[in-house]
Amino acid sequence: MSGRPGGALRRDARAWFAAGVIVLVTAAAVAAPLVARHDPLAIDLNAQLLPPSGAHWLGTDVQGRDVWARLVYGARISLSVGVLSQMIALALGLALGLAAGYYGRWTDELVMRLADVTLAFPTLLLLIALVAALQPSLVVVFLTIGFVGWAAMARLVRGQVLVVRELEFVQASRGLGARDTRVMVRHILPSVIAPVVIAATLGIAAAIMAESSLSFLGLGVQPPTPSWGAMIADARDLAQLRHAPWTSVAPGAAIGLTVLAFNLLGDALRDALDPRGLARARSAPEITQT
Amino acid sequence: MSAPARPAPLLQVRDLRKHFTRTRGVVRREHEVVRAVDGVSFDVMPGETLGLVGESGCGKTTTGRAILRLVEPTSGSVHFDGRDLLALRGGDLRRMRRRMQIVFQDPFSSLNPRMTVGAIVREGLTIHRLAEGEAADRRVRQLLEEVGLRPEYAGRYPHEFSGGQRQRVGIARALSVEPSFIVCDEPVSALDVSVQAQVVNLLADLRRERQLAYLFIAHDLAVVEHIADRVAVMYLGHIVELARARDLYREPLMPYTRALLSAVPVPDPGAARERIILHGDVPSPAHPPSGCVFHPRCQHPAKDAACTQVVPPLEEKAPGHFAACIKVPAGA
Repeated sequence: MSGRPGGALRRDARAWFAAGVIVLVTAAAVAAPLVARHDPLAIDLNAQLLPPSGAHWLGTDVQGRDVWARLVYGARISLSVGVLSQMIALALGLALGLAAGYYGRWTDELVMRLADVTLAFPTLLLLIALVAALQPSLVVVFLTIGFVGWAAMARLVRGQVLVVRELEFVQASRGLGARDTRVMVRHILPSVIAPVVIAATLGIAAAIMAESSLSFLGLGVQPPTPSWGAMIADARDLAQLRHAPWTSVAPGAAIGLTVLAFNLLGDALRDALDPRGLARARSAPEITQT
Repeated sequence: MSAPARPAPLLQVRDLRKHFTRTRGVVRREHEVVRAVDGVSFDVMPGETLGLVGESGCGKTTTGRAILRLVEPTSGSVHFDGRDLLALRGGDLRRMRRRMQIVFQDPFSSLNPRMTVGAIVREGLTIHRLAEGEAADRRVRQLLEEVGLRPEYAGRYPHEFSGGQRQRVGIARALSVEPSFIVCDEPVSALDVSVQAQVVNLLADLRRERQLAYLFIAHDLAVVEHIADRVAVMYLGHIVELARARDLYREPLMPYTRALLSAVPVPDPGAARERIILHGDVPSPAHPPSGCVFHPRCQHPAKDAACTQVVPPLEEKAPGHFAACIKVPAGA
């Protein structure tokens, strides 16, 4: 049946492509020890900058480490930072956005001005400053990315809540004597969750980019732990770019493909969950094609 | 002179006001106050239906919601069964809400599209712990039957129903907590004419069976005539006339009420009726006219400068018949 979000998603080629890439990258990250075939940290100075071959599928880097192994282990970093940071952004943004939109007045004023302050900084500069101040590590990186991401999420949630709050079914629940928490969880949250999920999906892509940028600058996960951004940083001298392009092309392609996949999934979700499309499907189910 | 012993009113509204403030500009802040409800007073007796009529934007919906504290009144007092509603906080207010419910105008936005009809009707039972589990299921089926819906419908979603059926679901939701007072906020104006009568009759039946009191808000005088015991007419945030329905329809005192009544269609095409056409638009409640708010559109022959200066009080011009007009003599 068309009109149902699941059905729309299933007929969307973008969604299939995105899901395919995300499943592959996730599987590789989870099963890294099985997929890698080499120790990503094993330095072999006799095997520096070897081109791709049967032994080293994507060649070796300047210290003779297997690029494929490092790529696979690097996926763990990228994905966990992407997902964990968005969970933090989502939790903070949902809670604060709901409170701001529902209670209004000074709560709204306070939360939104804090969001303005957060958004006033260029994201990457803010991240660099925070990470530098806090000692770079995996935990610090996803915490800061998540924390910086709360503001956009809170704004989005607040805007949606302002619309839904005045709907009569929300007023009816208040009128029945429901507590604020019940009104928010049972009536408001389900009505605002769709755009939030879309934003979080797009946010994962942005977070992976941010992590790669930080790692590239040496502010991410510290060496020798493999990370895509750090791999590009290691490979960025001219001789390597010219004579051993696999060292930079492989992690670059991995970042590009993964970010593209999450962006496409977000777009596909947006089209499938479009509230207007949804409303149309709900109010006139009898005229939709089966 | 002693007044005959009258039962205590269920609802007592005194000088209720709700002003909305719009702020414009960032540097030079300008506050514009919209006086949506500007000093409204009335009583509702137990089991009585008070009709509240007026054009769109006159403040009747805001009045209904302010009484239930779905919007916070700016000032005034509301007593329900002797208790000061505006002084209630938190849990006391939530418990009090059980006794006063609301039925909304829009049968589409008044039901959560993501909940089944059963879950919607059940919410009140859960909130006030009136029934749980199997007993709650039974109660929901009973309520649906009571409003003329089939009990099997409990598992369906609101979009599967027509406007009239959805309005019945809204009524069942209001009844679930066994209130003694319901604000009916234009409950039929979004429905087809053929369905309107059914829903009004349902409300009338429920009132009789459960001794309910209604504040019945409508912009259509013909609908109110069928169900209201007394009718209050609102204009620009004020009550301008309040009387028993019979008296109001037979002998309206306020020029505004006369104009409203003359606009009600009559089934008899031969009936000689004088249409009173009001000129101009309703003024903005942000900048209400001085004196009597109705004076710019009033066609009363005795209208004079005093009307633009004196705010007319709502006075008892005949027994039980109140009007806010300095040109209507007492004893009219």
